[in-house]
Amino acid sequence: MNQQLTDAPAPARPSAPAPEASGRRPLVLAIGGVALVAALATLPLLAIEIPGVLPGPTYTPGTLQLLAYAMLIAALALSYRMMFGLAGLLSFGHALFFAAGAYGLGMTLNVFAPAEWSSGLVFAVSIGVTLVLGIVLAATVGALALRVTGISFAMVTLAFAQAGSVLIRRNPGSATGGDEGLSLDITNVPEGLVGVVNTRNLYWMALAVLVFVYLVVLWVERSRAGHVAEAARENELRVRVIGIRPYSVKLLIFIVASVLAAVAGMGYLLLQSGASPRIATADFTLTLLVIVVLGGVGYRWGAIVGGIVYTLLDQRLTALAGSDFIAGLPAVLRVPLSEPLFILGTLFILVVLFLPGGIAGIPQRIRSGRKQHPVEAEEATDA
Amino acid sequence: MSTVVLLLVTGLGLGALYFLVASGLSLIYGLMGVLNFAHGSFLTIAAFLGWEVGRRVSDGTWWGLALSAMVGLAVGAIVAAATEYLLIRRLYERHIEQALVTVGLSLATVALFEGIWGTDPIYTQKPEWLAQTTEILGAKIPNDRFLLIACALVVLGGIVLFLRRTRYGLIIRAGVENRSMVMALGIDVRRSFTIVFAIGGAAAGLGGVLASVYYGYVSAHLGSVLLIFAFIVTVIGGLGSLTGAAIASVLVAVLQQFANFYLGGTGDLVVVVALAAVLLVRPRGLMGKVA
Repeated sequence: MNQQLTDAPAPARPSAPAPEASGRRPLVLAIGGVALVAALATLPLLAIEIPGVLPGPTYTPGTLQLLAYAMLIAALALSYRMMFGLAGLLSFGHALFFAAGAYGLGMTLNVFAPAEWSSGLVFAVSIGVTLVLGIVLAATVGALALRVTGISFAMVTLAFAQAGSVLIRRNPGSATGGDEGLSLDITNVPEGLVGVVNTRNLYWMALAVLVFVYLVVLWVERSRAGHVAEAARENELRVRVIGIRPYSVKLLIFIVASVLAAVAGMGYLLLQSGASPRIATADFTLTLLVIVVLGGVGYRWGAIVGGIVYTLLDQRLTALAGSDFIAGLPAVLRVPLSEPLFILGTLFILVVLFLPGGIAGIPQRIRSGRKQHPVEAEEATDA
Repeated sequence: MSTVVLLLVTGLGLGALYFLVASGLSLIYGLMGVLNFAHGSFLTIAAFLGWEVGRRVSDGTWWGLALSAMVGLAVGAIVAAATEYLLIRRLYERHIEQALVTVGLSLATVALFEGIWGTDPIYTQKPEWLAQTTEILGAKIPNDRFLLIACALVVLGGIVLFLRRTRYGLIIRAGVENRSMVMALGIDVRRSFTIVFAIGGAAAGLGGVLASVYYGYVSAHLGSVLLIFAFIVTVIGGLGSLTGAAIASVLVAVLQQFANFYLGGTGDLVVVVALAAVLLVRPRGLMGKVA
């Protein structure tokens, strides 16, 4: 069921690399990556203005907040891509784990505060508790959902996420805050991560989360488990015939991706000083799917590009929707243009129809000069 | 006793609503392997347009409701057929992308509906009789439940007749069973894709109008809420099985009602647990074919 994944080779295995270049390429990429991270890390100290893309100069809290949010979403999308793109697991429940990270940390900080411990220790232990919670939740949901494949898997994960979303909205024991969301209890949060003044610290935290998630994803993809997952995505029967059980590998990938989502969720809680029930909904997972496909399923950095482009577009389109220019248009144009999701949804449909590689696939398409989608093996059964 | 009867009939009414959505989903998936996320949008647009026409002609009367239902059926069928023809068909045999397109469509259309009709629910008028109750075995049952059940039965009967007695029905049944064989016999299955979409869309459209009667309002999110339960129903019933969808919708809805009443409003959670249980014991669903 993952035909489209086959046409966009991951950069890790280029179709025809020049022999002498293949040895040097990872080094160049690594240096480029470090340079990029360093450049991003210095952004809060600079005053770069990109009118139309960023709301203000890069050192202002508003812009840093937006960029940090975009990076957390990119980290989340990266973890989702590992599941969907690498292992071919189309999950509709990824939001559950993001929400588990955000709500888990928030609720632990609310409840768990032994007076004799220092606040730093409480904070660290809370993070640990949330991680363990995330692992247990992921292992339970994954072990159940992976017993079925294809569309049924998608539905089971959707059902679990829906249950989580309902639970959060129900507000059991007023622990989750219901529809109003959960606000962060800052008593035990390190001072450097609280308040508008410290937005640059939060920005660096978000960057660290993104780098951490990227490195873990890279490590998993290069590992033997990653290769087995990739092979099982392409042809599960063959993997079984060789004598490997794809179930345990898929479960491993599921758990790692889910815990990474929980890490991004914790970052989200600190950045937004709270969590809203919106992040647990099925719509949020669908947004992730849109981001990953928009960026390009076949590429790791596609998820990052997708996450950042989507968040910036969403923010700028919302700003555009409230502008005088839109208000002056006739209703036929004004109504669709004032709904960011309408524009993003339409954009997404166009990308799926006409740009199967996503944004990250554009260079490859230009290079190969391929206009049509390649002919694919006709296989109607699910993975 | 009267509580049990009330919960049972209310559950049947809700189940009727689920069935109207799930029948189309199940048929579409069974024949084409497309998981249609836009199905909720078919329902919502039909509910809105049905309400718009109904309130202009004669609001709160049987005549107005009947007109709304007709409009809902037609809008659902047309929108669904157009979706298949313009978007799904271009991605023939690429199931994930087909599902992705419907995801995009559902996101875009819900946003569009919010833009046109606003984010708040719009309360609707219904004929007086539907707002009253009838007493059966001591239980006071709202009359609109009977309307829902009757409509779902008519739709079920109609679809079954269509599948069993017409040539296209034969092709669709054969296509669900083994599509490559049907194509090998020189029959263009693709034409029946549009028909299946139109039928599913029409059922969802009728479901939309009836949902606005059941809930008493129309909103841009009417479809998305029902769609999730319809997905669950479809999977429990077995993907591609119409009978399975019918049985599962009744089971799920009745279970939900009872859990909501006796287990303190945990209906949604119980349904999810039921889904997990069914999939563990019987991964292909109650009536699904062997994968």
